[in-house]
Amino acid sequence: MRIVVAMSGGVDSSVAAALLAEQGHDVVGLSMQLYPQGDGADAQKYGACCTLDDLHDARRVAARIGFPHYIINFESRFSDTVIRNFIDEYVAGRTPIPCAHCNSDVKFAELLERSRGLGASALATGHYARIRTDAEGRFHLHRGSDHAKDQSYFLFSLGQAQLAEALFPIGELDKATVRDHARRLGLQVAEKPDSQEICFVPDGDYAAFVEREAPSRMRPGAIVSRTGRVMGMHEGVHRFTVGQRKGLKLSASEPLYVLKIDAAAATVTVGPREALAETHLTATGVQWVSGTGPDAWRPAAAQIRHRHAAAEGRVRVSDEGTAEFEFAAPQSAVTPGQAVVFYDGDEVLGGGWIQ
Amino acid sequence: MRIYLDHNATTPPRPEVVDLMTRVLRDAWGNASSVHAFGQQAKAALDEARSRVAALIGADTTEVVLCGSGTESDNLAIRGAAEAQADTGRRHLITTAIEHEAVRATMAALGRRGFRITTVPVDDSGIVSVDAVRDALSPDTALVSVMHANNELGTLQPIAEIAALARDAGALMHTDAVQTAGRVPLDVRALGVDLLTLSAHKFYGPKGAGALFTRRGVRLAPTLTGGRQERGRRSGTEPVANYAGMGLAAELASATLTDEPARLAALRDRLEQSLLHALPDTLRNGAESPRVPNTTNLSFAGVESESLLIGLDLEGVAVSSGSACSSGTLEPSHVLRAMGCSHARALGSVRFSLGASTTDAALDHAIAAVTRVVSRLQGVASGGGR
Repeated sequence: MRIVVAMSGGVDSSVAAALLAEQGHDVVGLSMQLYPQGDGADAQKYGACCTLDDLHDARRVAARIGFPHYIINFESRFSDTVIRNFIDEYVAGRTPIPCAHCNSDVKFAELLERSRGLGASALATGHYARIRTDAEGRFHLHRGSDHAKDQSYFLFSLGQAQLAEALFPIGELDKATVRDHARRLGLQVAEKPDSQEICFVPDGDYAAFVEREAPSRMRPGAIVSRTGRVMGMHEGVHRFTVGQRKGLKLSASEPLYVLKIDAAAATVTVGPREALAETHLTATGVQWVSGTGPDAWRPAAAQIRHRHAAAEGRVRVSDEGTAEFEFAAPQSAVTPGQAVVFYDGDEVLGGGWIQ
Repeated sequence: MRIYLDHNATTPPRPEVVDLMTRVLRDAWGNASSVHAFGQQAKAALDEARSRVAALIGADTTEVVLCGSGTESDNLAIRGAAEAQADTGRRHLITTAIEHEAVRATMAALGRRGFRITTVPVDDSGIVSVDAVRDALSPDTALVSVMHANNELGTLQPIAEIAALARDAGALMHTDAVQTAGRVPLDVRALGVDLLTLSAHKFYGPKGAGALFTRRGVRLAPTLTGGRQERGRRSGTEPVANYAGMGLAAELASATLTDEPARLAALRDRLEQSLLHALPDTLRNGAESPRVPNTTNLSFAGVESESLLIGLDLEGVAVSSGSACSSGTLEPSHVLRAMGCSHARALGSVRFSLGASTTDAALDHAIAAVTRVVSRLQGVASGGGR
C-alpha cells in the first residue's frame, strides 16, 4: 500500500515514516516548504521547524531508510491560509492557533489531495493521536497514548472523510519510545529537540511579526477598567491576549489581567484575576468527528488551549456550525480565537473556535 | 525500469569518456604548465582535448578557451567582453527574455554596475524577434547575447541573422550553445558568432568542463586572474582529466551527428503526438519548428508540474519542469511567461528531453506512465477522489 508521510524533519514524523517503511509499505515522504528559503533577509524571518535544514533532515532520513522523498512548495497556500488567518485574528483582537489551521487548511486539505494524486491510499503524520474504527466502520479520534504529548487538540477538524485516509503511526507510542526507535533505526534526528514555538515566528514575538507583516492595520487605543475608566494607552490590540498580565505597563494596587479585547473600538479591558472566570463559551466553525453534534445537552469535557486539562461540563449544538459549552466549574481565560475541543474521555467529539 | 528523459539537464558520461578520464587522472597528473616531462604529458592531453573541442564546432584550436562549466563560459563571454570594451564607451548589452540563468543573472549584475541592458522579447512560440534586436542595437552596443537553443522549449533562435546585424553595428555576438553543441551539427563560421559557449556534460562528457569559443582577435577581460593559463583568459591549474573527457565526448558526439538527430526527432514526435492525442487539452509550448530534435515541452490541463514530476519519478520516469537550476522555487518558468503563457499553463509545463538511451521500448513505457499519472491527477483535481 502506498502511503504518503508528511515529514517536517523532526523526530516524530521521521519515526512515523520509518516504521511504516519497516512494515513493508510503499512509503513516499513529502516535506512542505512553507515559507521563502532564500539567503537574504527573508530567510532570517522564519524558522523554528520546516526550515530548509529541517527539510534536509527529512531527506536524510528517507535516504537512510531507503524510500523516496520530495520537497513540495506550499508557500502560497500556507501564506494565504495559515499566516493570513494568524494576522487577521491578532488584528481582530483574538489569539489564533495556527497549528490547528495548518492541519485543517493545509495538511488534511491540499496535502491530502496531493497524496491521492500520487496514488497513495493514506496520508500519515507524526501526530500523537489515535484513530479507532468501530463495528459500523465509523472512525473515532482519540488522544495519543502519551498524554503529555497528545496533539488531538490540534486535529479536531478531521471528519470521517479525512480520518478514513489519515494514519498516525506513533499515536500509540510515548515520546521516549519514539526516540528509542529513532536510535535503533540510526536516524540522525534521534536527539533533535522538540520544536516549541510557532514555526513561522521562531523568536516567539508574535506582536513584532504582525507589525512587520501588516503595519497599516495596527489599532492603537485605550486600556480601560471594567467601569470604562481609562487606565492607559496601547499601541495595538494585536499585542494583547485574554488572560495576559505581563506587559500592560499599568500601575495599580492589585495585579490586572486582560479581560476583553474590543478591536472595533480598539479598547482593551482589564480587571482582577477573578473576573477572568467564565462558566460558558460559544464556539463557531464547529466540526464534529462523527458528522453530527448533540442537539440536547450532553456531558463532555472542554479543552480550551493546548496546555489545558479538559474541564467537565456539558455541550450542545446551538445553531448550524455553532456550539455552546457550560463548565461545571468556572474556567480562567477563555480566549477568543483559540480552539475549544470537546472530549468524552480520550475521544474527540468535535471542536470549534472560541468566540 | 528507470527511464531518463531529462537530457537537457545533464547526460550520462560515455563509458569511453570515464575510462579516459580515469587514465588521465592516474597517469597524466602533472601540472600542464610545468616544463618537465610530467607537465608535458599533461599538456599533450590538454592540447588533444582542445583540438577535439575545436573540431566539433569548426573553430581553430587557438580559439578555444577551456573552463569549468557552461556558466563560467557565459560569465567569461559576457563580463569579459563588457569589461574589455568599457573604456571604448561601448556600455550597452543586448540579451533576450528567455536566456538561461547563467546569462540572465550575469546581465543583471552588469546592469547594477552601470551597463545599459536591453532585454528583447520573444514571440508566443518562443523565438526571439530579429526586428527587436535590430531596433535595440545602438552605436554603443558592446555585445549581443542570444542562446542558440532554449533549454526549456528546444526552440532554435535565428543566430546567424542576429550575428550579421551585430557585426554591422560593430558589436560582438555571443551565443550560449549549451543545448546544441554536440547534439546538432554546429559551425561557428556559419553562425557568424564571435563567442560561443558549450558544456561537456550536455553531450555525454563530464561535469566540470566547458569551453568558450573566442574568435581570433576578440578582446576579453579575464574573469579569473592568476597564473595566466588559457592565454591569460582563464587562470587556474587545468583539470586535465575533465578537459580530456570533454575532448573525447566531443569527438564521439561528432560521429553521431549524421543519424542521431533524426532518430531522436522521430521518437520525440511520436512522444508528443501520443500525449497530445491521449490526453485532452494538452498543449505544446514553443514552436514545432525550428527546434532541437530531442526536446518537447507540454502543459497538461489542470495539472501542476510539481505533482506530475513526483508522480512520474515514482513510476521510474525522470522529466523536469523548467530549468533544473530553478527547482526549489515554484516560480513559473520565465521562459513561458515571456512567451505570454498563463500562470496556470506555465506552472503545469513539463519538459521531456530525449537522448542516447531513449529507445522505442523506453518511450512506450514513458507514454503509458505519463498518460496514467496525468489522468489520475486530473481525476483528483476535478474532485473525483479515489
